[in-house]
Amino acid sequence: MDALIRAIEGEQIRKDIPEFRPGDVVRVHVRFVEGGKGEKAARERVQIFEGVVMKIRGSGMGKTFTVRKIAAGGVPVERIFPFNSPAVKKVEVVRKGKVRRAKLYYIRNIKGKLKIKERRD
Amino acid sequence: MKGLIGRKIGMTRLFVNDVSVPVTVIKAGPCVVVQKKSRETDGYDALQLGFEEIPERKVNRPMLGHFKRAKVKPFRILKEFRVENPDEYEEGQTLDVSIFSEGELVDVTGWTKGRGFAGAMKRWGFRGGPKSHGSKFHRELGSTGQHTEPARTFKGKKMPGRYGNERVTILNLEIVKIDRENNLIAVKGGVPGARGSLVLIRSANKAPKPKQ
Repeated sequence: MDALIRAIEGEQIRKDIPEFRPGDVVRVHVRFVEGGKGEKAARERVQIFEGVVMKIRGSGMGKTFTVRKIAAGGVPVERIFPFNSPAVKKVEVVRKGKVRRAKLYYIRNIKGKLKIKERRD
Repeated sequence: MKGLIGRKIGMTRLFVNDVSVPVTVIKAGPCVVVQKKSRETDGYDALQLGFEEIPERKVNRPMLGHFKRAKVKPFRILKEFRVENPDEYEEGQTLDVSIFSEGELVDVTGWTKGRGFAGAMKRWGFRGGPKSHGSKFHRELGSTGQHTEPARTFKGKKMPGRYGNERVTILNLEIVKIDRENNLIAVKGGVPGARGSLVLIRSANKAPKPKQ
Protein backbone atom coordinates (compact mmCIF):
# COMPACT_ATOMS: atom_id res chain seq x y z
CA MET A 1 0.00 0.00 0.00
CA ASP A 2 2.85 2.28 0.87
CA ALA A 3 4.40 1.62 -2.52
CA LEU A 4 1.28 2.94 -4.20
CA ILE A 5 1.46 6.18 -2.23
CA ARG A 6 5.10 6.50 -3.27
CA ALA A 7 3.95 5.93 -6.85
CA ILE A 8 1.55 8.86 -6.85
CA GLU A 9 4.07 11.12 -5.18
CA GLY A 10 6.24 10.10 -8.08
CA GLU A 11 8.50 12.77 -9.43
CA GLN A 12 7.44 15.27 -6.79
CA ILE A 13 9.92 13.70 -4.37
CA ARG A 14 13.12 15.65 -4.83
CA LYS A 15 16.54 14.14 -4.85
CA ASP A 16 18.49 17.25 -5.79
CA ILE A 17 18.51 18.79 -2.29
CA PRO A 18 21.97 18.28 -0.77
CA GLU A 19 22.40 16.47 2.49
CA PHE A 20 22.68 18.72 5.53
CA ARG A 21 22.19 18.38 9.25
CA PRO A 22 20.97 20.56 12.08
CA GLY A 23 23.67 23.06 12.95
CA ASP A 24 24.68 23.64 9.35
CA VAL A 25 24.39 27.08 7.82
CA VAL A 26 22.43 26.97 4.57
CA ARG A 27 21.34 29.39 1.88
CA VAL A 28 17.82 28.56 0.69
CA HIS A 29 16.75 29.95 -2.67
CA VAL A 30 12.98 30.43 -2.55
CA ARG A 31 10.83 31.37 -5.49
CA PHE A 32 7.95 33.65 -4.72
CA VAL A 33 5.48 35.69 -6.70
CA GLU A 34 5.58 39.40 -6.20
CA GLY A 35 2.62 41.73 -6.13
CA GLY A 36 -1.08 40.94 -6.05
CA LYS A 37 -2.95 37.87 -7.08
CA GLY A 38 -3.90 36.57 -10.50
CA GLU A 39 -2.73 38.48 -13.54
CA LYS A 40 -1.15 41.27 -11.57
CA ALA A 41 1.27 38.83 -10.03
CA ALA A 42 3.41 38.60 -13.06
CA ARG A 43 6.83 38.93 -11.54
CA GLU A 44 8.56 35.97 -10.05
CA ARG A 45 11.58 36.48 -7.89
CA VAL A 46 14.04 34.26 -6.08
CA GLN A 47 14.80 35.20 -2.52
CA ILE A 48 17.69 33.87 -0.49
CA PHE A 49 17.20 32.94 3.14
CA GLU A 50 20.42 32.19 4.97
CA GLY A 51 20.61 30.82 8.48
CA VAL A 52 21.24 27.91 10.80
CA VAL A 53 19.28 24.69 10.29
CA MET A 54 17.46 24.30 13.56
CA LYS A 55 15.59 21.10 12.94
CA ILE A 56 14.70 18.53 10.35
CA ARG A 57 11.47 16.67 10.85
CA GLY A 58 9.19 14.23 9.07
CA SER A 59 9.80 11.90 6.17
CA GLY A 60 8.65 11.47 2.62
CA MET A 61 6.53 14.24 1.17
CA GLY A 62 5.99 15.89 4.54
CA LYS A 63 9.67 16.30 5.44
CA THR A 64 10.56 19.86 6.41
CA PHE A 65 13.50 21.80 7.80
CA THR A 66 13.54 24.95 9.89
CA VAL A 67 16.10 27.68 9.30
CA ARG A 68 16.71 30.39 11.85
CA LYS A 69 18.46 33.65 11.21
CA ILE A 70 18.83 36.95 12.97
CA ALA A 71 17.36 39.51 10.59
CA ALA A 72 17.81 43.24 10.48
CA GLY A 73 17.39 44.93 13.82
CA GLY A 74 18.26 41.78 15.72
CA VAL A 75 14.84 40.24 15.06
CA PRO A 76 15.05 36.47 14.93
CA VAL A 77 13.25 34.85 12.01
CA GLU A 78 12.49 31.15 11.71
CA ARG A 79 11.25 29.77 8.41
CA ILE A 80 10.03 26.27 7.75
CA PHE A 81 10.69 24.85 4.30
CA PRO A 82 9.27 21.61 2.90
CA PHE A 83 12.03 19.55 1.31
CA ASN A 84 9.82 18.70 -1.64
CA SER A 85 8.29 22.09 -2.33
CA PRO A 86 8.95 23.30 -5.86
CA ALA A 87 9.23 26.80 -4.40
CA VAL A 88 12.58 25.81 -2.90
CA LYS A 89 14.79 26.24 -5.94
CA LYS A 90 18.11 25.36 -4.43
CA VAL A 91 19.80 24.77 -1.09
CA GLU A 92 23.48 25.57 -0.60
CA VAL A 93 25.41 24.38 2.42
CA VAL A 94 27.59 27.28 3.51
CA ARG A 95 29.13 25.79 6.64
CA LYS A 96 28.87 22.46 8.37
CA GLY A 97 28.23 22.69 12.08
CA LYS A 98 29.07 20.25 14.83
CA VAL A 99 26.21 19.93 17.32
CA ARG A 100 25.20 17.31 19.86
CA ARG A 101 21.46 17.21 19.40
CA ALA A 102 18.96 16.79 16.59
CA LYS A 103 16.71 19.74 17.43
CA LEU A 104 18.53 22.94 18.30
CA TYR A 105 15.75 24.61 20.25
CA TYR A 106 18.32 25.93 22.71
CA ILE A 107 19.62 28.44 20.19
CA ARG A 108 16.43 30.43 20.74
CA ASN A 109 17.56 31.20 24.27
CA ILE A 110 21.13 32.12 23.45
CA LYS A 111 21.87 35.74 24.19
CA GLY A 112 24.65 37.21 22.13
CA LYS A 113 26.38 35.40 19.35
CA LEU A 114 25.59 31.82 18.48
CA LYS A 115 28.75 29.74 18.33
CA ILE A 116 28.66 26.38 16.60
CA LYS A 117 31.86 24.45 15.99
CA GLU A 118 32.71 23.52 12.46
CA ARG A 119 32.30 19.89 11.46
CA ARG A 120 35.01 18.21 9.43
CA ASP A 121 34.05 15.02 7.62
CA MET B 1 -22.68 10.16 -14.44
CA LYS B 2 -19.77 7.80 -14.31
CA GLY B 3 -18.25 5.93 -11.47
CA LEU B 4 -15.63 3.50 -10.27
CA ILE B 5 -15.15 1.19 -7.32
CA GLY B 6 -11.89 1.50 -5.45
CA ARG B 7 -10.00 1.03 -2.27
CA LYS B 8 -8.62 3.75 -0.05
CA ILE B 9 -4.84 3.52 0.08
CA GLY B 10 -3.90 6.37 2.39
CA MET B 11 -3.08 10.03 2.55
CA THR B 12 -0.13 12.16 1.54
CA ARG B 13 0.47 15.62 0.18
CA LEU B 14 1.21 16.91 -3.27
CA PHE B 15 2.42 20.30 -4.39
CA VAL B 16 0.19 22.19 -6.82
CA ASN B 17 1.42 25.64 -7.84
CA ASP B 18 3.93 25.61 -4.96
CA VAL B 19 1.10 25.01 -2.46
CA SER B 20 0.92 21.82 -0.44
CA VAL B 21 -2.39 20.03 -0.99
CA PRO B 22 -3.51 17.17 1.26
CA VAL B 23 -4.69 14.26 -0.85
CA THR B 24 -6.22 10.82 -0.35
CA VAL B 25 -4.86 8.17 -2.66
CA ILE B 26 -7.46 5.74 -4.00
CA LYS B 27 -6.77 2.65 -6.06
CA ALA B 28 -9.75 2.74 -8.40
CA GLY B 29 -10.71 0.10 -10.87
CA PRO B 30 -10.25 -1.39 -13.32
CA CYS B 31 -13.96 -2.20 -13.14
CA VAL B 32 -15.86 -4.36 -15.58
CA VAL B 33 -19.46 -3.84 -16.65
CA VAL B 34 -21.26 -6.97 -15.47
CA GLN B 35 -24.83 -5.94 -16.18
CA LYS B 36 -26.70 -3.11 -17.84
CA LYS B 37 -29.97 -2.08 -16.29
CA SER B 38 -32.44 -0.15 -18.36
CA ARG B 39 -35.65 1.72 -17.72
CA GLU B 40 -37.69 -0.82 -19.67
CA THR B 41 -36.58 -3.92 -17.82
CA ASP B 42 -35.53 -2.63 -14.40
CA GLY B 43 -37.26 0.70 -14.01
CA TYR B 44 -34.03 2.69 -13.98
CA ASP B 45 -30.86 3.13 -15.98
CA ALA B 46 -27.70 1.86 -14.32
CA LEU B 47 -24.54 -0.11 -14.77
CA GLN B 48 -23.47 -2.91 -12.51
CA LEU B 49 -19.69 -2.85 -12.12
CA GLY B 50 -17.47 -5.61 -10.82
CA PHE B 51 -14.24 -4.97 -8.93
CA GLU B 52 -11.44 -7.28 -7.75
CA GLU B 53 -11.33 -10.56 -9.58
CA ILE B 54 -11.66 -13.74 -7.55
CA PRO B 55 -11.28 -17.41 -8.55
CA GLU B 56 -14.40 -19.26 -9.63
CA ARG B 57 -14.30 -21.60 -6.63
CA LYS B 58 -15.04 -18.67 -4.34
CA VAL B 59 -18.33 -17.85 -6.06
CA ASN B 60 -21.61 -19.61 -5.43
CA ARG B 61 -23.61 -21.12 -8.28
CA PRO B 62 -26.22 -18.39 -8.78
CA MET B 63 -23.55 -15.70 -8.85
CA LEU B 64 -21.41 -17.76 -11.22
CA GLY B 65 -24.34 -17.91 -13.61
CA HIS B 66 -24.68 -14.15 -13.38
CA PHE B 67 -21.03 -13.68 -14.33
CA LYS B 68 -21.19 -16.36 -17.06
CA ARG B 69 -24.15 -14.59 -18.65
CA ALA B 70 -22.09 -11.45 -19.07
CA LYS B 71 -19.05 -13.52 -20.14
CA VAL B 72 -16.86 -11.91 -17.47
CA LYS B 73 -14.66 -13.27 -14.71
CA PRO B 74 -16.10 -13.44 -11.16
CA PHE B 75 -15.63 -10.39 -9.01
CA ARG B 76 -15.58 -9.89 -5.27
CA ILE B 77 -17.53 -6.66 -5.33
CA LEU B 78 -20.52 -5.64 -7.41
CA LYS B 79 -21.94 -2.15 -7.23
CA GLU B 80 -24.45 -0.25 -9.31
CA PHE B 81 -23.93 3.21 -10.72
CA ARG B 82 -26.76 5.20 -12.23
CA VAL B 83 -25.98 6.39 -15.76
CA GLU B 84 -28.05 8.41 -18.22
CA ASN B 85 -27.53 6.11 -21.13
CA PRO B 86 -26.41 2.52 -20.48
CA ASP B 87 -26.28 1.86 -24.21
CA GLU B 88 -23.01 3.77 -24.39
CA TYR B 89 -21.44 0.86 -22.53
CA GLU B 90 -21.02 -2.82 -23.36
CA GLU B 91 -21.23 -5.73 -20.99
CA GLY B 92 -17.69 -6.92 -20.37
CA GLN B 93 -16.26 -3.48 -21.04
CA THR B 94 -13.46 -2.40 -18.70
CA LEU B 95 -13.53 1.03 -17.10
CA ASP B 96 -10.44 2.49 -15.49
CA VAL B 97 -9.24 5.76 -14.04
CA SER B 98 -8.98 7.34 -17.49
CA ILE B 99 -12.74 8.02 -17.43
CA PHE B 100 -11.87 10.83 -15.00
CA SER B 101 -9.57 13.74 -15.65
CA GLU B 102 -7.41 15.88 -13.40
CA GLY B 103 -9.19 18.92 -12.01
CA GLU B 104 -12.59 17.24 -12.18
CA LEU B 105 -14.89 17.22 -9.15
CA VAL B 106 -16.06 13.89 -7.78
CA ASP B 107 -18.21 12.57 -4.95
CA VAL B 108 -16.56 9.86 -2.89
CA THR B 109 -18.57 7.39 -0.81
CA GLY B 110 -16.98 5.37 1.95
CA TRP B 111 -17.91 3.49 5.09
CA THR B 112 -16.66 5.20 8.22
CA LYS B 113 -14.52 3.44 10.81
CA GLY B 114 -16.70 1.54 13.28
CA ARG B 115 -16.32 2.90 16.80
CA GLY B 116 -18.50 0.33 18.54
CA PHE B 117 -20.72 1.40 21.42
CA ALA B 118 -19.61 4.99 21.90
CA GLY B 119 -20.54 7.47 24.60
CA ALA B 120 -22.39 10.72 24.04
CA MET B 121 -19.18 12.77 24.03
CA LYS B 122 -17.58 10.89 21.15
CA ARG B 123 -20.81 10.18 19.30
CA TRP B 124 -22.50 13.55 19.53
CA GLY B 125 -19.75 15.89 20.66
CA PHE B 126 -21.30 16.54 24.09
CA ARG B 127 -19.13 18.56 26.38
CA GLY B 128 -19.13 16.22 29.39
CA GLY B 129 -18.35 17.42 32.87
CA PRO B 130 -15.30 18.84 34.64
CA LYS B 131 -12.40 16.44 34.94
CA SER B 132 -11.30 17.49 38.40
CA HIS B 133 -11.99 19.90 41.29
CA GLY B 134 -14.00 17.23 43.12
CA SER B 135 -16.24 16.59 40.15
CA LYS B 136 -17.78 13.15 39.89
CA PHE B 137 -19.44 13.92 36.58
CA HIS B 138 -16.96 13.25 33.79
CA ARG B 139 -18.18 11.84 30.49
CA GLU B 140 -21.90 11.45 31.16
CA LEU B 141 -24.49 12.98 28.86
CA GLY B 142 -26.38 14.90 31.56
CA SER B 143 -30.12 15.34 31.71
CA THR B 144 -32.31 13.57 29.17
CA GLY B 145 -35.47 15.63 29.69
CA GLN B 146 -37.73 17.66 31.94
CA HIS B 147 -40.01 16.78 34.87
CA THR B 148 -43.77 16.12 35.12
CA GLU B 149 -44.33 17.73 31.79
CA PRO B 150 -43.62 15.85 29.46
CA ALA B 151 -42.71 13.08 31.94
CA ARG B 152 -40.88 11.13 29.29
CA THR B 153 -37.71 11.26 27.24
CA PHE B 154 -38.31 12.44 23.69
CA LYS B 155 -37.67 10.10 20.82
CA GLY B 156 -34.43 10.72 19.04
CA LYS B 157 -32.67 12.04 22.16
CA LYS B 158 -28.95 11.89 21.51
CA MET B 159 -27.61 9.09 23.65
CA PRO B 160 -24.73 6.60 23.68
CA GLY B 161 -24.89 3.83 21.12
CA ARG B 162 -23.36 2.29 18.06
CA TYR B 163 -21.27 4.83 16.21
CA GLY B 164 -19.43 4.68 12.90
CA ASN B 165 -19.55 2.01 10.22
CA GLU B 166 -22.05 4.02 8.23
CA ARG B 167 -22.10 5.05 4.62
CA VAL B 168 -20.92 8.62 4.13
CA THR B 169 -20.50 10.54 0.89
CA ILE B 170 -18.13 13.48 0.63
CA LEU B 171 -19.18 15.84 -2.16
CA ASN B 172 -17.11 17.81 -4.64
CA LEU B 173 -13.59 16.55 -4.06
CA GLU B 174 -11.15 17.74 -6.67
CA ILE B 175 -9.04 15.20 -8.51
CA VAL B 176 -5.48 16.41 -8.05
CA LYS B 177 -3.62 13.67 -9.86
CA ILE B 178 -4.28 10.51 -11.82
CA ASP B 179 -1.77 7.70 -12.25
CA ARG B 180 -3.04 5.56 -15.15
CA GLU B 181 -0.23 3.04 -14.84
CA ASN B 182 -1.10 2.08 -11.26
CA ASN B 183 -4.84 2.89 -11.44
CA LEU B 184 -4.49 5.56 -8.78
CA ILE B 185 -6.53 8.68 -8.17
CA ALA B 186 -5.50 11.39 -5.69
CA VAL B 187 -8.43 13.48 -4.48
CA LYS B 188 -8.06 16.61 -2.43
CA GLY B 189 -8.96 16.13 1.22
CA GLY B 190 -10.06 13.21 3.31
CA VAL B 191 -12.28 10.26 2.53
CA PRO B 192 -14.30 8.25 5.08
CA GLY B 193 -13.09 4.82 6.11
CA ALA B 194 -9.95 2.99 7.07
CA ARG B 195 -7.05 2.37 4.74
CA GLY B 196 -7.90 -0.55 2.49
CA SER B 197 -11.64 0.04 2.84
CA LEU B 198 -14.02 0.19 -0.08
CA VAL B 199 -14.83 3.54 -1.69
CA LEU B 200 -17.06 4.53 -4.58
CA ILE B 201 -16.05 7.42 -6.82
CA ARG B 202 -18.69 9.18 -8.87
CA SER B 203 -18.62 12.36 -10.91
CA ALA B 204 -19.91 15.21 -8.76
CA ASN B 205 -23.68 15.34 -8.55
CA LYS B 206 -24.04 18.83 -7.10
CA ALA B 207 -20.95 20.54 -8.47
CA PRO B 208 -21.00 24.30 -7.87
CA LYS B 209 -21.62 26.33 -11.01
CA PRO B 210 -18.52 28.13 -12.25
CA LYS B 211 -18.52 31.79 -11.26
CA GLN B 212 -19.36 34.25 -14.01
